[in-house]
Amino acid sequence: MMRSMPPNVPRPRTALFVTCLNDTLFPGTGRAAVALLRRLGVEVDFPPGQSCCGQMHFNTGYRKRTAELARHFVDTFGDYEEIVVPSASCAGMPAEAYPLAAAGDPGLARAVAELAPRVVELTEYLTDRLGVEEVGAYFPHRVTYHPTCHSLRATRLGDRPYRLLRAVRGIDFVELPAQEECCGFGGTFSVKNPAVSGAMNGDKARHVLETGASVLAAVDNSCLMNIGGRLDRDGHPVRTVHLVEILARTEQDGPLPGVPVVEEAR
Amino acid sequence: MTRSFLGWPAFPAAAEREVGNRQLRENVRRATHTIRGKRAVLAAERPDWDALRDSAAAIKDQVLADLETQLLRAEEKVTAAGGTVHWARDAAEANRIVTELVRATGETEIVKVKSMLTEEIGLDAALEAAGINARETDLAATIVQLGDDLPSHVVVPALHRNRSEIRDIFVREMGRHGRPAPDGLTDDPAELAEAARLHLREKFLGAKVAVSGANFLVAETGTLVVVESEGNGRMCLTLADTLISVVGIEKTVPSWQDLEVFLQLLARNATGERMAPYTSTWTGTTDGDGPRTFHLVLVDNGRTRALADPTGRQALRCIRCGACMNTCPVYERTGGHAYGSVYPGPIGAILNPLLKGLDDPQTASLPYASTLCGACNEVCPVRIRFTDVLLDLRAQVADGGQHPVERAALGAVGGVMAHQAAWKAAVKTATTAGPLLPRRIKLPGALGGWTDSRTLPAIPKESFRGWWKRTQGDTK
Amino acid sequence: MTDARTEILRRIRAAAVPPAAAPPRHYLRHAPGLAEDDRPAVLALFAERLAEYGATVLPAEDPATAVAEALGDARTAVVPAGLPAEWTARWDGEARSDRPPLTHARLDATDAVLTTCAAAVADSGTLILDGGPGQGRRAATLLPDLHVCVVRAAQVHSALPGALAGLDPRRPLTFVSGPSATADIEMIRVKGVHGPRRLAVVLLP
Repeated sequence: MMRSMPPNVPRPRTALFVTCLNDTLFPGTGRAAVALLRRLGVEVDFPPGQSCCGQMHFNTGYRKRTAELARHFVDTFGDYEEIVVPSASCAGMPAEAYPLAAAGDPGLARAVAELAPRVVELTEYLTDRLGVEEVGAYFPHRVTYHPTCHSLRATRLGDRPYRLLRAVRGIDFVELPAQEECCGFGGTFSVKNPAVSGAMNGDKARHVLETGASVLAAVDNSCLMNIGGRLDRDGHPVRTVHLVEILARTEQDGPLPGVPVVEEAR
Repeated sequence: MTRSFLGWPAFPAAAEREVGNRQLRENVRRATHTIRGKRAVLAAERPDWDALRDSAAAIKDQVLADLETQLLRAEEKVTAAGGTVHWARDAAEANRIVTELVRATGETEIVKVKSMLTEEIGLDAALEAAGINARETDLAATIVQLGDDLPSHVVVPALHRNRSEIRDIFVREMGRHGRPAPDGLTDDPAELAEAARLHLREKFLGAKVAVSGANFLVAETGTLVVVESEGNGRMCLTLADTLISVVGIEKTVPSWQDLEVFLQLLARNATGERMAPYTSTWTGTTDGDGPRTFHLVLVDNGRTRALADPTGRQALRCIRCGACMNTCPVYERTGGHAYGSVYPGPIGAILNPLLKGLDDPQTASLPYASTLCGACNEVCPVRIRFTDVLLDLRAQVADGGQHPVERAALGAVGGVMAHQAAWKAAVKTATTAGPLLPRRIKLPGALGGWTDSRTLPAIPKESFRGWWKRTQGDTK
Repeated sequence: MTDARTEILRRIRAAAVPPAAAPPRHYLRHAPGLAEDDRPAVLALFAERLAEYGATVLPAEDPATAVAEALGDARTAVVPAGLPAEWTARWDGEARSDRPPLTHARLDATDAVLTTCAAAVADSGTLILDGGPGQGRRAATLLPDLHVCVVRAAQVHSALPGALAGLDPRRPLTFVSGPSATADIEMIRVKGVHGPRRLAVVLLP
């Protein structure tokens, strides 16, 4: 059952950190996050000063730049009691990278340590903080799910995304073969080592096609952009959709336009 | 002539060449998937697996924190047991010591037990230059040597070769170096192993000098340990009159009891066995059993450089099980040669820069030879946090100014992102101009590789912040 | 110019590695799922592991009969000093003494070797030789193609820690876990390379 919030209980002040990639390239993910959270009774705010978590800088070795962005993140989100992030890799930055980037700046290190526990990846927020798995979603399509490396081994989401997906009405969920293998994106890896990245991505795309799914879901749009770019270039009509965009859809929205509807749901 | 990794191209170029080799990719994929499966079963069999890993990591850290004492203790014990200990600062010095020791015996053909350290220092080539023919005896090392090839894996140096390639090498080369391959040799692995047995038997029986590495050196007893499968190690360690063991200073473990941790981890993680078929231990020399003369050459060759790196020194815990490369999605596509070193895969991506420094472009490219997917962290028996070390090395590369253009670009982007007004303007520009861009394009310069195999996502007309500003998040 | 030893030790000191904590040892000291004192289970596991390697296991009340069976069609065998003479009483092949030492060529031309062992490990199906009475020197257990090892039940530890603790590291030790093998070709396990290709274990009560 959907959990509805009791009236007159003030919710914690919740901020959405949409991430720079979603802000510019995948705004639908941010809109879906807002819609879903509101449907579940969470009044989410979007602090407009937010920019980028600095993951790309950190992963490429630019720690001073990362520290500047960490400072900016603290300034932007410091007043919020919880910060929800529709990206497993960006959600992990405050806990994993900021302490290293803040080395030599005790003030920043303290601020980061204080803030990091309040930064939560979106699916974990749903299952652990709101305690919901059935979010009232309807998605009558064949869907497979790629667990991104950060969601597996950094944010350690475990089976949370699967529990959420399996509770979606109308969904035909199929397991992705060799799902725990990296898609080859790796941020600047895909630019510095395009041949290897392309080979990894090609194998991932092949596994997606093996499932016969019309939709590939994940909790990081960066990886979806990588895999989707390959599928699209090769002319395969598989849609890449952030998990939250699936969870946000209801019967009122109907099926995703242009995507085959599964038999059982018709 | 012996091939070497000298002058090897940086990772991206070398990797691109290897990725294009379909046969190689298929060989490496098949082998790594086979061993991954076996390892997973054997690791899962131990309910105390993580406790063993905790102990192993802590024991190695204890050694590294106390290395001087440990090495001096080992030296004292080996000497007391009849061995002679030599110290070598670098590869050249180690090679000189071994060459002189072999020369003193008057022998010109010797046998070797597979040792990554002797590959690292180029011992075979140094001996060859001195007129000494060192024959490898491990099956995979023999395949590499006969094929005038380079090792591509720390446990199975010929992992990049499939059975039919191995057959061809045996048929072509064995006769030039001793007993020829049997007539009508097929590519059945059992037949190939039998051919190696016959080819090497006469070398074992005739060898007066053997060179080995060691998996462990127990400081409190001066005991050396070699773990192997085929029995070639036992042949070399037992039948020669003179044994020379070339061992990295980081191979030390403090106590005899510590072996109960490492011997239970190593084979399970390396080859998916509970124990490797043979583990040999020896302390100095023993009257009437095995070599009468024993030399231990302790080698630094960059290990103290790695030791001085606070984040990187954990790489010296490595026990060379190879699990990191077996599980690595990058290694699976490139094989080992792309890394330009006898240490490939995730351990190579961190160990080579730590041993050699980051001045050389080839070495400086290695910390970027990873997607940071973290699969290696999960399988490492000594809990090396590969991703932490990779990131730290990348920071050292970035600070060293090896990538001036990227630095400027990322610096500018970072500046914009940290500055609210500038970032808002950038988002607005992207979403205004973006929808007009064709999706199937070739991006210029360094970004070109991305668009070789992917289209770009459509850039939306309205950014998220644009939508929020317009609607205040009202989704109705 | 300083010597290499002095220089390496100086570099180690210069690396200034901070002290490390004493290692935890929370791993099992016995085989998973087995109580050390459950002797029948320990011995059953030992036999099972050996069988998995393709080794022959012969539980025996009477060593002479089992040894004769294990040596099978071997016509010659090295019999090290200290091995009870009655063990070979029912075998009609030629027992070769290693005193004075046989040449390597002579060992290589001998069909089998019969030994005792210093200890054994059930969990990994391991035999441990330390060159003690009845075990011979290392070359003698290496060159013949068949190794027959007689193990007393009391020598079988459930896991490695128990066995290691009782060994003398000053002796040259050989841990044998199944016949020689390789996985160097496509990671496919092939039994029998340089060491004895056949291993038989006679398990005494």
